[in-house]
Amino acid sequence: MTTIRLVRDDLRPPDKPLRRHCISIADLTRDDLQRLLGTARTFETALDREVKKLPTLKGRLVVNLFYESSTRTSSSFELAAKRLSADTLTLKSAGSSVDKGESLKDTALTLGAYDPDVIVIRHPQIGAPQLVARVTEAHVVNAGDGKNQHPTQALLDVYTIQQQVGRLDGLHVAIVGDVLHSRVARSLIQAFELVGIHTTLVGPPALLPRGMKVPMTTDVDAIRDADVVYVLRMQQERMQAGANYVPSLREYAARWGITPERLRPGQKVMHPGPMNRGVEIDPRVADSVDALVETQVRSGLVVRMAVLYDVLTGGPVGVRALAAAEVA
Amino acid sequence: MLYIKERPGENIVVRAARVLDPTEGIDATLDVRIDGGMIAAIGESLDRNEHRVVDGAGLVLTPAFVDPHVHLRTPGREDEETIATGTAAAAAGGFCAILAMPNTDPVVDSAATLGALVETAARQAEVAVGFLAAITRGQKGEELTEMAELADSGAVAFSDDGVPVASAGMMRRALQYASITGRKLALHCEERSLSSDGQVHEGTVAAELGFHGYPSVAESVMVERDLALAGYEGQPVHLLHLSSADSVAALRRARAASIEATAEVTPHHLVLTDEAVRTLDANMKMNPPLRSAEDRTALIEALQDGTIECIATDHAPHALHEKDVPFEAAPFGVTGLETAFAVVHTHLVRGGVLPLATVIERMTAGPARVFGLDRPRVAVGATANLALLDLEREWTVETFKSRSRNSWLLGETLVGQVAMTIAGGAVAFER
Repeated sequence: MTTIRLVRDDLRPPDKPLRRHCISIADLTRDDLQRLLGTARTFETALDREVKKLPTLKGRLVVNLFYESSTRTSSSFELAAKRLSADTLTLKSAGSSVDKGESLKDTALTLGAYDPDVIVIRHPQIGAPQLVARVTEAHVVNAGDGKNQHPTQALLDVYTIQQQVGRLDGLHVAIVGDVLHSRVARSLIQAFELVGIHTTLVGPPALLPRGMKVPMTTDVDAIRDADVVYVLRMQQERMQAGANYVPSLREYAARWGITPERLRPGQKVMHPGPMNRGVEIDPRVADSVDALVETQVRSGLVVRMAVLYDVLTGGPVGVRALAAAEVA
Repeated sequence: MLYIKERPGENIVVRAARVLDPTEGIDATLDVRIDGGMIAAIGESLDRNEHRVVDGAGLVLTPAFVDPHVHLRTPGREDEETIATGTAAAAAGGFCAILAMPNTDPVVDSAATLGALVETAARQAEVAVGFLAAITRGQKGEELTEMAELADSGAVAFSDDGVPVASAGMMRRALQYASITGRKLALHCEERSLSSDGQVHEGTVAAELGFHGYPSVAESVMVERDLALAGYEGQPVHLLHLSSADSVAALRRARAASIEATAEVTPHHLVLTDEAVRTLDANMKMNPPLRSAEDRTALIEALQDGTIECIATDHAPHALHEKDVPFEAAPFGVTGLETAFAVVHTHLVRGGVLPLATVIERMTAGPARVFGLDRPRVAVGATANLALLDLEREWTVETFKSRSRNSWLLGETLVGQVAMTIAGGAVAFER
């Protein structure tokens, strides 16, 4: 049979210059990532001063648009913007006109009328940040879209590993749990690949997505080889009733829960939060000195400062959006 | 069974076109004379007889196309498409006949609803339209429709397209009862407990982007079930919009076992793979979803060897605001009438994958045979149902006769364009 050229593989994303966004790790180069980590490090040093506010983004407007509940991500973005002296406006879907059935496009157009410099969006549907990028003039930062991407989480995790372990290239990280429903895992896998970290996915068969191009295993013993064990939250709110991904949380905890017995001494443990203690992570592990959970939260602040700074000030290499199609 | 608004048959001579009708065995530069809407003569240097002369030099004259799978959105969503706009779009795409699916609001499940459509079509349709009626009331899969009365009222076939007939027992009863009508069942094969809320083919793209997978096996297990039932009951079935290699393999086995099964494939499944979903363009979202490169190859091979007998657009208009949402929130479906030939020509014929004659056969005689319709043909004595094609013409997909514009080809450049469509003996479209 004749080889058939895959139609459209050369069509998108278009090569027209794009505003700098942070929508997907897939849009970043290794240089972009290194630059962001370096900027974050600079900000972290600055935060050691007594007065923690920097004038960098004075007069800029950062809008936080959250369609899903979030504590750490929304507070982290808000504080990051404030530490850089930007004005902030935070909208949550409850109590806004979203409740009245306003479409994402119309909400974005309305906010766009205030000429925000950055729109940070979290949305339950894949493709929402691309839509906002298409209909507004703002730089868009993805704070989580459905099960697709959570790029700032991956960046802060890479930053945390770099700070805590001291190196990235050649490390081995085991990501354990509900990979299927995890946008954190998808962003992490791409970020780890950029910096030379080897990834192994560990979890119940139905929660390991078919077709993922990284090693996958259902055997939790595989975490022993890892330098870092990254524990995913068992996302109960995404579990459809009767879907039977696992028979019960009890059996999940027994089979895949991260306990001190399953870890080597000194093995670092990370978790994006919020944790279900006693399900995916044993409380003894969560509270141990090797758990980096609070460090991750602190890294989140400086990394998000770096992302806001980067999309607004730019550098030689852009943080590019996956281009959404133009719909006339 | 087909309805079109009445117009006087026209007198036309098409001069010196390459006349191509694979089924009639014609491929030569000839004149075709149409007297009062009927093909009266085919030959060299025919007399003009005061007829309108259309210069066919450099163009290809073929039988006009038949689309066995169109959504006209009437009744219920006339903001998306009407019989008038849908048939105008069909004419612009070179079609002389289309079949409309019954998943409207209300569903075409009663003689009254069907009768209203037939009346409208007889007043407004630019090309011939046939209507399928539902297999089950409201397409709910619980009670059979009154198929005998629906057939008497003009239903071409029966389909619950858009949703599968979930229960095997119901499918068996439908096969049994449809036998008295002489009409086929056209089946949307999807095992919902496997596709669940999947939107994208289960594979690397869905895994990497975080979409719930809609595995190819969700289609093929239903194809296997329906073919087994069709074989057991000895009744013919038509499989709508096949998308997977496994389904093709099942169809091959069934046909080898003399089960009377036919199938169709859409231009988008012939041209695209799930890689296109990486754009997150809501116009890349269809049901069944775009699948892997291996699936696409199997579909092309099956179309080439005749296992799949026809190309169907599954033209599914949607309001702009309903598609202008995040991919996950968008409805399934894309338009296709106005681009079907051009895109298949551009990517498969010019790409050297399929011969032009095969494409013409699968868009004319193939679908007509499947649904027992008169075959559009270039033959003396036949009603003029002809498409005049400019195979060299490059054009950009921008404007539509359809009331909707949710085309996956928006902004794309295609090669090959319909210059004129003659349907039912009169010019239905002219560029």
